[in-house]
Amino acid sequence: MDNLLQIEFEEPRDLVLGIDLGTTNSLVAHFDLTGPEIITGLDDTRIVPSVVAWKEDEGFVVGQEAREVLINTPEKAIYSVKRLMGRSAGDINEELKLFPFHLAGEQDNVLRLKLGDRVLTPPEISAQILLKLKHMAEEALGEEAKQAVITVPAYFNDAQRQATRDAGRLAGLEVLRLVNEPTAASLAYGLDKRNEGVIAVYDLGGGTFDISILRIHNGIFEVLATNGDTHLGGDDVDNMMLAIALEDIASEWGLPASELGAETQLTQRLRRAVIDAKEALSFAPEVSIQFEYQGKTYNRALARAQFEQMIAAFVEKTLGPCRQCMKDAGVTPSDIDEVVLVGGSTRIPLVRQAVERLFLAKPHTELNPDEVVALGAAVQAGILTGAVSDKLLLDVTPLSLGIETMGGVVAKLIHRNTTIPASAAEVFTTAVDGQRNVLIHVLQGEREMVRDCRSLARFDLKDIDPLPAGLAKIEVRFLIDANGILNVSARDQRTGKEQSVEVKPSYGLTDAQVEAMIEEAYEKAADDLRERQVREARVEADRILLALDKAKLNPAWNGLPDEEIAVIERKHNELLTAYHSDDHTLIRRKIDELNDVTMTLAENMMNTAVSGALKGTKI
Amino acid sequence: MAAMSTLTTLPEAIRQQLDKPVPDYFAFFGLDERLALDADALQSVFYEQSRLLHPDRFARASATDRNDSIRASSLLNDGYRTLRDPLRRAEYVLSRHGFDIGEQRSNNVPPELLEEVFELNMALDELRDGDEDARPQLVEARERFLAMRTESDAALLVEFAAWDANRATDTLQRIRSILNRRRYIQNLVRDVEVALADPQ
Repeated sequence: MDNLLQIEFEEPRDLVLGIDLGTTNSLVAHFDLTGPEIITGLDDTRIVPSVVAWKEDEGFVVGQEAREVLINTPEKAIYSVKRLMGRSAGDINEELKLFPFHLAGEQDNVLRLKLGDRVLTPPEISAQILLKLKHMAEEALGEEAKQAVITVPAYFNDAQRQATRDAGRLAGLEVLRLVNEPTAASLAYGLDKRNEGVIAVYDLGGGTFDISILRIHNGIFEVLATNGDTHLGGDDVDNMMLAIALEDIASEWGLPASELGAETQLTQRLRRAVIDAKEALSFAPEVSIQFEYQGKTYNRALARAQFEQMIAAFVEKTLGPCRQCMKDAGVTPSDIDEVVLVGGSTRIPLVRQAVERLFLAKPHTELNPDEVVALGAAVQAGILTGAVSDKLLLDVTPLSLGIETMGGVVAKLIHRNTTIPASAAEVFTTAVDGQRNVLIHVLQGEREMVRDCRSLARFDLKDIDPLPAGLAKIEVRFLIDANGILNVSARDQRTGKEQSVEVKPSYGLTDAQVEAMIEEAYEKAADDLRERQVREARVEADRILLALDKAKLNPAWNGLPDEEIAVIERKHNELLTAYHSDDHTLIRRKIDELNDVTMTLAENMMNTAVSGALKGTKI
Repeated sequence: MAAMSTLTTLPEAIRQQLDKPVPDYFAFFGLDERLALDADALQSVFYEQSRLLHPDRFARASATDRNDSIRASSLLNDGYRTLRDPLRRAEYVLSRHGFDIGEQRSNNVPPELLEEVFELNMALDELRDGDEDARPQLVEARERFLAMRTESDAALLVEFAAWDANRATDTLQRIRSILNRRRYIQNLVRDVEVALADPQ
């Protein structure tokens, strides 16, 4: 039976979200007919602070609302969780000194954090941010979003990328592609308008620093080299300023140390105050940090010159990776035609000057550095759906991949800055008669020894035919896909048979764990369910309302008898009334009713279309 | 949009390469096996083939086609990396013709360099021991080795052209010995540069 919902007036729109999942802020964009566009939420917000909080009565809250929880009850909120993605307890001692993460321990090499009375992994917390962005997009666009492109720092390793993809899955999003943030930014800038050129993208965000050098050639964005530091960003400046202010306050007010821990209300509010001062200093030559707490006031003037002195070493720290990146790309500053700045920290005048001096080029700042990455993610989404066909991104793997060999030495198989997808094959054999398993230890990093690289995973080649030592020949293919994530397959060279490989990730969740979390989330989310059902019903309602609006422009509409038009209009109004209720069954019922009364209309439209097509005329 | 979504499968010539134990990189570039290649031409074919094979073009294709595209573009990338560099390209061609280029790489000193290498090692030891007088001698040696490297590169180009015309095994043998000599010189240059850069 034809009905309005079945007749698609256009191809079903391929909605793929472009998401910038940042340390400090997150944004969502999509590619509409005119180009990439940041999605504005119903409350007019574009930027969602990457803060997740737990409220007893409401459950998870994300964004601005969570930031308020953070200031009043810091133990009930988590921010900068991106710093913990794909990391283990041993990695994060430095972070723990500066951030109020409430560690609940580590299980199966995955960190667990306390949030209220809940214990969660970093991907689960990131998933809450993604869910918020997903819902924001669905409400704004009136359609369901199931797929996304998510950006990651170019210098993210395999575990950090996997954790990001897991977060997507936990949020009900199929992650079609992970794109490196600087590369995404270069897509957004439309620098391919120049046919040929070399560009540098300097991306200094809240928690991470990336530098990428690309060659652009007729719409192809070929990354020549990338470098960076996944633990260097604007947060570090905040921490420096915070430490000074805390010291001042401790001595001026004579406070006990217990008031000054990272988790206290005072610290969180003071952090806000120094961030405001930092941001203002990008535009004013002098600011004052003003802070009031329990009737006491703190006031300190800060001149830009003092600030610049304070952050000089921090800025210098970004230049080393830039020089290495130029070397790896085989370019000198004079080869670089354009420089693009990305990330909120590039608003700092000293950062801009340093970049300009190093690359001998005036950096681009036309696009909002907070939005450019999400816009680029939307362009990549357009590439994947086919909406953009003239651009193509060829990215590289930021870190070398190798395997452990005798004596704890790493044999490199795929070198850093290799264009991805990239593959390498290696033949393994057995050391003793009848050996059934071979264990392969895969690592990432540039150093020679296993202990200096980062363990990626152990692969167990299982069920090898029992043979005398050295006779079995198992070819293992290591493949880094376009997301920068490793895939491993193995084949018995004698039989040509696929060999089973069991993967034990060194850090991060297994597929089974992610599945279990998704199931658990569904069980726990009985409360969320109602809300989601209402939202989905509204999305459905939007579709039929839009279809009806379009149908009214069709000749078949005017062909309907007046009384039938009146019935449709009445049902139309009833649906609009139901739309704003919280009752999803009512909305669904009204959708069905409107659908029923428009059946004849739909059939007439189909007939008109068919007869039009038969006559070979365009309708 | 329509133009892109019609492309859901790989070109047959590329698909055939996926099942081979050793892929033919030249096939990815639509080239006959050759040693002399124009880098710019190779680059533009690489970009064209990337547009065709990259996984971005198969995001909505079947799982099989998606996987094939990942494998095909990884081989294209590996091939480009191999073919664009004359030395790697020569080693790849040697390996295709039965020359063992892996472990067999000779670490023996080419006889004509014996005396020179002996003196160089003495100078390197002196500098490492803090004798700055050795520095000018090393700078001079570096220049001499760099000149030899340039000579090797020129000799390779001549042999590349010869092999493209004659396909003779003894040409490949000559290429292999030039490559060995060149690698040996390259290692010497690297050692000298490390020693010169090291602050004493």
